[in-house]
Amino acid sequence: MWKWIQAFASPRNFYQISEKIIPWLMVPFIVLSLIGLYWSFVVSPTDYQQGDSVRIMYVHVPAAWMSLFIYIIMAISSGIGLIWQIKLAYIVAKVSAPIGASFTFLALVTGSIWGKPMWGTWWVWDARLTSELILLFLYLAYISLNNAFDNPKTADKASAVIVIIGLVNIPIIYYSVDWWNSLHQGSSISFTKISMQQDMFIALLLISFAFKFLYSALMLMRARNEVLVREQNSRWVREIITGADK
Amino acid sequence: MTKRQNRMALVLLLVVGTILAITLLLQALGSNANYFYSPTAVAQGKAPVGKNFRLGGLVINGSFKRKDLKSTFDVTDNKNKFSIEYTGILPDLFREGQGVITTGSLVNGVFVATEVLAKHDENYMPPEVADALKKAKE
Repeated sequence: MWKWIQAFASPRNFYQISEKIIPWLMVPFIVLSLIGLYWSFVVSPTDYQQGDSVRIMYVHVPAAWMSLFIYIIMAISSGIGLIWQIKLAYIVAKVSAPIGASFTFLALVTGSIWGKPMWGTWWVWDARLTSELILLFLYLAYISLNNAFDNPKTADKASAVIVIIGLVNIPIIYYSVDWWNSLHQGSSISFTKISMQQDMFIALLLISFAFKFLYSALMLMRARNEVLVREQNSRWVREIITGADK
Repeated sequence: MTKRQNRMALVLLLVVGTILAITLLLQALGSNANYFYSPTAVAQGKAPVGKNFRLGGLVINGSFKRKDLKSTFDVTDNKNKFSIEYTGILPDLFREGQGVITTGSLVNGVFVATEVLAKHDENYMPPEVADALKKAKE
């Protein structure tokens, strides 16, 4: 098992295998998005309070979940990078950051657009909104710190520490609506209870899985580029660039 | 300890240290991170009466009255209640029986609000289901 992981984690093997995986991620993404959009706009009903505005949720909630999910992936791979010094783990963390930041931004913006007509305000400084904004800043801090070093090894280590420190914000975001009084509503979906009509939940899940596939595909594409840049002096990369291989 | 175990311990220390620091910070912050006070908290004197603060709760059924832009309603947490006075446009989700968060101050026992926000709960359902639930209750 350990040997197999190390073999896959070698930049060259990763580059070759990931090329074959990406289409298998893109196809489910497109299929799930199309079904998900159909479910969000046609199948799922309007809400008894919000009317059609409820449909913003089908982007907002999956994007917010992704913002947490990607951050956890980054923290785990940064930890693996620090402990086992696997180059590929650092690469996964680095290339995930802009994708995670984008999903966080999307969650904040869609939430704001929903908040104006529903709550009556674009933004408030309650615990949920503030902690999610801090998450965006953590992503941006990671990205800028990673770019601040010329040596990628130093950059990887320094930014790995930042991302692991910031991990503490994830449970705060998740539980903020339970721990404090907030304007943001509590979770409709928890491990024990779903307080949402079935078709709404299905639409939410479809988009959510579509986003997971999209992230995986984008992450692998970006990781392949990063591998090429970092391994530019190795022979196998030169063979690819000059076309000697094919 | 091997080098790898050493690094593992350092990463663990980093995680534990951060969690400890933030937990202490949140403890110190305590209820200051609450976005609003419940009517009970205000009745117990926990809210900064005399200054502006936020009061949140459910709008009591049948308490809402409006004359032009001036509206009055009662807010409760099922233990204590306060009367609210507000002049302005109410948000779409404002309804009797639903949650609101109001900003303002207490003037002679009446909460004079400068802003009213509607709070949404975690229940999402189509109108038919809501109607059925309402009928079942009655």
